[in-house]
This record gives sequence, structure tokens and C-alpha cells, in this order.
Amino acid sequence: MNTAQTSDGPAPALGRTLPGTRPADFDDAEPLLEIRDLVVEFAGDEGAVRAVDGVAYSVRPGEILGVVGESGSGKSVTAMSVLGLIRRPGRIVGGEIRLRGRDLLGLTHRQMREIRGNQVAMIFQDPMTALNPVMTVGAQIIEALRLHDRKMSRAAARERAVELLTSVGVPQPEVRVGQYPHEFSGGMRQRAMIAIAIANRPQLLIADEPTTALDVTVQAQVLDLLRDARDTTGAATVIITHDLGVVAELADSVVVMYAGRVVEQAAVSELFAAPRHPYTLGLLAGVPTSEDEDEDDDDLASIPGTPPDMAHPPAGCAFHPRCPIARDRCRTERPPLAQAAPGHRSACHYADELVGATARDLFATVPDAIRDTAAPDAIAASIPDVKEAP
Amino acid sequence: MTVSTDTTIAGPGPAPAGGAVAGPRRTPARMALRRFRRNKLAVAGAAVLGLVLVLAVFAPLIARHSPNQVDLDALRQGPSAKHWFGTDSSGRDVFSRVVHAGRVSLLVGVSAALISVVIGTLLGAVAGLLGGVVDSAVMRLADIVLSFPTVIAIVVLAGVLGPSVTMLVIAIGATHWPQACRVVRGVALGLREQDYLHAARAGGAGPWWLVRKHIVPASLPPVAVAATLAVAQAVLLEATLSFLGLGVQPPQASWGNMLNDAQSLTLIESAPWMWLPPGIAIAVTVLSVNFVGDGLRDAGDPRQSKGARP
Amino acid sequence: MGTFVLRRILVNILVFLAITVGIFALVHAAPGDPVRMMINPDQVSSGSQEFIARQRHELGLDRSLPVQYWDWLRNAVTGDLGYSYVSRQSVTSAISERLGPTVELMGIALLLSLVIGIPLGILSAVRRNSWLDYGTTVFGLGAISIPPFFLGIVAIYTFSLKLSWLPSAGMTTPGVHSPGDQFKHLLMPALLLGLIAAAPIMRYVRSGVIGELGEDYTRTAEAKGASWSRVVLRHAFRNSLVPLITVVAMSVPALMGGAVVIEQVFAWPGMGQLTISSVNQNDYPVVIGVSLYVAVLVLICNLLADLLYAVADPRVRLG
Repeated sequence: MNTAQTSDGPAPALGRTLPGTRPADFDDAEPLLEIRDLVVEFAGDEGAVRAVDGVAYSVRPGEILGVVGESGSGKSVTAMSVLGLIRRPGRIVGGEIRLRGRDLLGLTHRQMREIRGNQVAMIFQDPMTALNPVMTVGAQIIEALRLHDRKMSRAAARERAVELLTSVGVPQPEVRVGQYPHEFSGGMRQRAMIAIAIANRPQLLIADEPTTALDVTVQAQVLDLLRDARDTTGAATVIITHDLGVVAELADSVVVMYAGRVVEQAAVSELFAAPRHPYTLGLLAGVPTSEDEDEDDDDLASIPGTPPDMAHPPAGCAFHPRCPIARDRCRTERPPLAQAAPGHRSACHYADELVGATARDLFATVPDAIRDTAAPDAIAASIPDVKEAP
Repeated sequence: MTVSTDTTIAGPGPAPAGGAVAGPRRTPARMALRRFRRNKLAVAGAAVLGLVLVLAVFAPLIARHSPNQVDLDALRQGPSAKHWFGTDSSGRDVFSRVVHAGRVSLLVGVSAALISVVIGTLLGAVAGLLGGVVDSAVMRLADIVLSFPTVIAIVVLAGVLGPSVTMLVIAIGATHWPQACRVVRGVALGLREQDYLHAARAGGAGPWWLVRKHIVPASLPPVAVAATLAVAQAVLLEATLSFLGLGVQPPQASWGNMLNDAQSLTLIESAPWMWLPPGIAIAVTVLSVNFVGDGLRDAGDPRQSKGARP
Repeated sequence: MGTFVLRRILVNILVFLAITVGIFALVHAAPGDPVRMMINPDQVSSGSQEFIARQRHELGLDRSLPVQYWDWLRNAVTGDLGYSYVSRQSVTSAISERLGPTVELMGIALLLSLVIGIPLGILSAVRRNSWLDYGTTVFGLGAISIPPFFLGIVAIYTFSLKLSWLPSAGMTTPGVHSPGDQFKHLLMPALLLGLIAAAPIMRYVRSGVIGELGEDYTRTAEAKGASWSRVVLRHAFRNSLVPLITVVAMSVPALMGGAVVIEQVFAWPGMGQLTISSVNQNDYPVVIGVSLYVAVLVLICNLLADLLYAVADPRVRLG
């Protein structure tokens, strides 16, 4: 299979500054969100842990970008950085985050608050815990509205809240608006969360594992809703997930993250057709199993070994301890994120060898020694991924 | 592995088998000790408590005067080289009385805490293992005991049964068991569902064996914390009751009844050496026991320690 | 909500009955002749052995214990708790005389404890590991470690004897009737009691707010663009309020115990002083009456907490 020819690549110059290929209509637009060399550290007992280490990606207006990775890969931390929601002991150490060219990291708290929930809105993973249990759902939508439009009357806000609940498919919205979250089912709560997020017609919607906590049947409905939201509001969407199925269904392009870095970027069709990073290959092999809802949410069964301990990341390529094609060079030299094909970048020294490879070929050769290596439990605790909340 | 049995049970998860991080010496107990040592307040509390203990145990060697020796030629004298903390209304040496009073206070504190822990452990184990009606009855009883004002309960008991040190110890023990009870019940409930207990039961293990071999070792760390805090409360209660005239009876010295002796306005104003030393002794002792208790709790539960959670 | 409240009332009645059994046992453990405890002492002193025997029969003391318990409970519920050995007045009236001052002292102390404890708790939660946080932690430990009677004596020494700012005892200066005078008398005991009661409230609010700030919904609020103070007060604190009600209700018994001591130090003519003097004079009817009152007060607080809990938490209210 010749991947280089099947993908419709943009001009090389554009490909260097704007990673990933996208459908043609995105190509000319200025990026809405641009993240460059973002570094986020969490202070811990044994020194700072780098949760995000030089991440860069961008999103164009109306685009849906999927960010894929295991828990601890820094995908959520990156998203929280966009909203300025990194709390102590976390700290943004370096890089830039630009929204329509405006540097968000240089804003005051007040300026940042005006952007949150207004230009950029967020949907969280677990609708069971992301809504305030002692406020009615309506009050929580109204709060979102009135925080950004102080002149809006209570009555008007309430009317708009009912309208929003209707638009996200909550039945009997006039009744539901006065109910508490515990009276809502999980799927209904996630709809309410989406209503809150789109209340102020944001330009950018960040959805952090929006379907992980939901039943399989409800998952599809919520994904449809997110696509509808994009179609009606024109908001760009960043969807963070460990589930490549979600990406395939919804996203235009993909960023794959591992150990706080971007390891591969491409348009969705390109990535699925011709992955150029062994980690992505492993993920792709895991697609069918990720549908099992009782699985641990980040259980990517097909890749042996465990995510790295971010307090003590491996030297060289962070993936080398689990990589079937790792060589000496991988243990010492960190591969840069380089163009592997037009509009397709990969952080693997041997990306070229992966052309035409399948996960089955690749991971069949893994020695049992790696498979059996037990991971210290301490790792999970040491990874300050924002979505780790119980 | 060189981990002793009690620490494996106390540890929450399975020990990493040859993990990269864990050296052979990082047992939970050692980690806890290390965390305790890093807590400055707890270490200071332990040091002060050690000093109080030494003073109390060696009171007869340290104090030059007998605590009850009346000297009618030296009534209410201020601190001097002969009487470091002065003398009281009967000419007794205040320093000697304070040091000797420490013995009673610590004795009452420790024995009352022991009684409360024994009662709490037994009731908690029974409630947790049997569950059902027994469990609800025990927990309801604990709620009642917790919601009734301890001071008033003991005052009433002292009034009806007559004040004595024995009564005080039993009464404090009988009103402070719910904390330990809750801890042990929680552990017992958790253990009840675990496979190895089923295995033990299938192997013919009796309930007493379960309590001794599994529940007590597993609940030892949190119960130790509860016991330490109970000591602090017991010392404070003894002082309070003695201050009210319902605890340790004169002429035997206790920190509380020494403050009672100095309660008149004239003595408060003219002889602060009579009430300051015993008052400070209570405060310092209880404070250091509480520091140690807090330190133990933080050491035993790393999630509680400062800055560990984002 | 109806069934919840009904269930709580039922449970509290059961608890009340359990406590009365305990107190009844105490009546029997008390030294002295129960006849003397239950009838007007004037009649006893003038009565012969036959009179006492007749009284014993009339009072039902020759009947079985459960019957006696039932009679005693019935009398107690109707307010007949017998007569004081010492003052010879009825126990009910002796107690009701002293109830007012104690309720005043405790009520104001409780209010102060909330006014002091809640803001300090919130502040130390938000400014975690700051000097303020360490300060409030030390204050909290001090409040549960330093005996209140010692603090009271220190306060009297400083403010009454050395500075002469405040009176050292009683509720009023004899002959003076002014709110200012009453306030001066109230200040030290109420503030001391309030500070002691503030410590557990502060500790709870701190850990409650810290816990709630770790919950996802506070992040949602922040992501909506709510200011930090709004996140803390409207969301985190509002949620920690639900269990706080229980904490406050549980602090009432401790407050009563503290009141006994504080009343003793500041010669405050309340129930605490009555209890201590009755115990010292072996005035058992009053001692038992007081414990019954305390039990009822505690149970009322518990019930009130349950009701407020239901109001504050929609999950209970509607569930």
C-alpha cells in the first residue's frame, strides 16, 4: 500500500508549520487554537513531574480534532491548560497557547474568566460528578449564561435554559430545568453538560472523554449530539479520548499522545489507513476491545507493558520499553516529530519501516519477558493526570 | 520477601514484586516512620511528651520536697531557689505537686484510653463480623454515647457513685470507645468479604481467631491513632473533673485540683504561681499528645499528608 | 421527605427511651431513700415509718421495676421530677430558673463559633499551607488541648484583675440594669466557649471545602467562567454545608460540657453551676432532672440537624 500517494497533502511549507492534514476546506483558514511547545509540570515529593512535554497542535474553525492517548499521556492536562484550569501543584512552565492569535497564557485571571465558558467551553468525562449536586440543572445552565451576560434577566435566562435543554434532546425541558442532577440519568446529565457548554455559543468546545462513563447505547447519541453542536454552532471541537472508535466516528484529524508528547498527527483517514508510529499501531489493534465497557477505561489490551512512570521517564524514546522494533538508538536518542508523509508526522526513528505493517505482525514478536514485566502500582499514583479524580 | 505478616495485612495493595521503585526495606511501617519523622510538630510533641513522662516517672527523685509536706512557715510564697514554683495555701511545694500530679494524669489518661480501645475493638469487631441487627444496635449505641455530653455524663456518674480515680478511669473509658469501634468495624467489614477470610473460616477458624489474627493486626495503625487522641481527651477530662472537685480528691495532687485550689479571685491575682504551672502542664501535655496523634494519622495515611493531592 | 423525617423522629424517640432507662437505673443506683426523692421533703421529715411505708405503696415502690419505670417516666414527661433535697423547691422549677442563662450563653457561643469557624475554615482551605492555614491549625489544636477553665482563669487574671476591663463573675452587676453591663458580663464566657466550639467547625469546613474543591463539579463551575470566590462559596462551601449541619449538631453536646466548666469559672448562674452544686451536695433529684433535660436537649438538636439536613440536601429532600 502506498500511503504517500493516497493522501492529498498540502504544500510542504504549510505542512511544516501546521501539523496534520485536513479536508481541503480547512486548509486556508487561520487556526482557531494553536498550541506550541507546551510544557506543564506538577510539583511532587520527588521533584517536578513533566506531565506535558513540548506538545504542539492546532485546531481550525469548525474542525473536530481527536486527541488520543492513555491516561497520564498528558492529553487532559493539555486541554485544561487551554482553559487555564491547571491547579497547584501543576504549573505551565513554557510554550504558547493562542486563541485566534491571542496569547492565552499572558491573560489576567479576569480576562481568562471571560474566555472560559464563553469562547472556550468544556465537557467533562463523568456527568455523574461534573454537575453540582445541590443546584438544579436549570440553575447551572442559568449560571453559565448570566456569568457572561450580566444584563440577561433571570426569566430570559430560564427561557434560554429550557431552549438549550430542548436542543440537546432532553424531554420535558420545562420540568427538567427545575430538577436536580440526581434526578437525571447518566446520558441525560451529559446532555445537560453539553447544554451548559454550548450555552454561550463557544468557538471552541473541548470534550474530555465525553462518552467514557456512559452506556454504549448512550455513547452514540452523545457523539451525534456533539457533531450536531459543531454543525449548528460552527464551533471547533477537541475531543479527548482513549477510544479510537470515537475518533473514527467523529473526528477530522487526530493527535496521538504518549508520555506527555505528541507521537503522531494525521488526518483520520490517513492515520487509520497508514499509521506511522508503533504505539498507534498498537492502539489500532486495540480498537475492538475498547468497546467492552467493563474494561478499565484506559486498558489498551494489545500493547504489552505499562505506561511509563512520569516521575522517571525512560531516556530516548519514551515508548521504547514497550516497542517491538526498539533498537539501541531508541534508548538514547529522542525521535523528533517529523514528517513521515505529506500532512502526516510521526515521532519514530523508524517510521518508514512501518509502511504497510500491521499490529499483528509487529506485536507478535514481543518477547514474553516484556509481557510479564509487572508494573509498580506507584506509577498510577504518581501521574497527575487531571482526569484521575475518583 | 522480608516483610513481616502484620505489615502485609496493613498495606492496602499487593506489594510490587521486584518493582523498579520499591527497595526491599520500604515496608509500610518504615515508610510511616519516615513520614512521622518529617513532621516537625509530631517530633516536637513526642520529645515534650517524653520529657513529661520522665518527670512523672522519676518524680520522687526530681522533686526535693514531698508533694504533701505542709510547711506553715511558708504559705503562698512566690518562686524562689528553695521552691522553684513557690508554695500553695498550705505551704506545699508547687513544683513537687505539679511533677507528682503528672503521674495521676498520665495514669488516668493511658488506662482510660486502653479501656476505651479494648471496648471499642471488641464491639467494633463483633459489629463488623456479625453485621445485621447486631451491627445496627452497636452503631446506634455509639451514636448515643457520642451525642451525649461526656463531661455531664461523668459529672452525674461521679455524683451518684462518688468521685474516685477508678470511677474516673472507667467512666472515661466507657464514653470514649466509639472512635475505636468505628475504625475496627470498618476494617472488619472490609475483611469479611475477602477471600482469605472465607478460606480461614472453611479451615475451621473460630471468630476469636479471626479477631486476633486478622482484624486486630489490620486495624492496629488506625486504632493506635484513635488511642493516642483518646489519651489526650482523657487527660483533659481528668483535669476538668478534678477542677470541678469530682475527680482526684485532695490531698492527692492533680493538675486539675491544683487549679481548683487557686480558684478564688484573690489567689488568681496574688499567687499566679499556684495556677499557672499546673495549667501550662495540662496544656503542654495534651497539646503534645495531640501533635503525636495527628502525626501518626498523617504518617499512616499518606493521602492525607500535605500537598500529595493536586 | 415526610417518611425520612418520620423515621428520624421515631429513632430519636427510641433513643430517648433508651436514655431514660439509663437514668432510671441511675435513680436506683443513687444512695438514699427513693421516697425522699419523690415526695415533698416537708412531709417526710414530719412523717412516721408508717407514713413512709404508705407513701412507698402509694408511689408504687413496692411494685416491679418495669411498672416503676413506667410511672417514673410518666411523671417525668409531665414535668414531675420530684423535689430538691437542698432548696426543697420542685426540680422542674429549679431547672427552669437556670435554663435561660445557659441557653443564652450557649446560643451566643454557638453563633460566635459559626461566625469565627466558617470564614477561617474557608480561608485556610483556599490558602492551603499558608501562614494563615498553619495559624488556624495551631489554633484548632490549642482549642482542643488547652483546658477551658485554665483559659478562663487566665482571662480573668488579664482582663478583670490586671486590666479591669471586664467583670469576672455573674450575669449582671447587682443594682445595675443596662444592656452594656450585661454585654460586658457575657463577653468573656461566651467568647471563650465560642472559640472552643469554633475549632471543630473550622477544621471541618477546611477539610470539607478542600474535599469539594477536588470534586469535578467545581471544575465545571470554573470552566464556565465563574470567579474563584464564586467557585469556593457558591459551589464548594455550599456543598460542604450539608455535612456541616451534622457537625454543628454534634458540637452542641461538647458545648454543653464546656458550658458546665465555663459557668463554674465565671459564676454564671446556669444549669452547669446547678449541676455541679447539686452533685457536690448529693442533691440527686436535681442531678437526675438535669441529666434528663440534657438528654432531651441533645435529642432535639439531633432532630433539628436531621430536618435541616433534609432541607439542605435535595437528594434527601426528594429521595
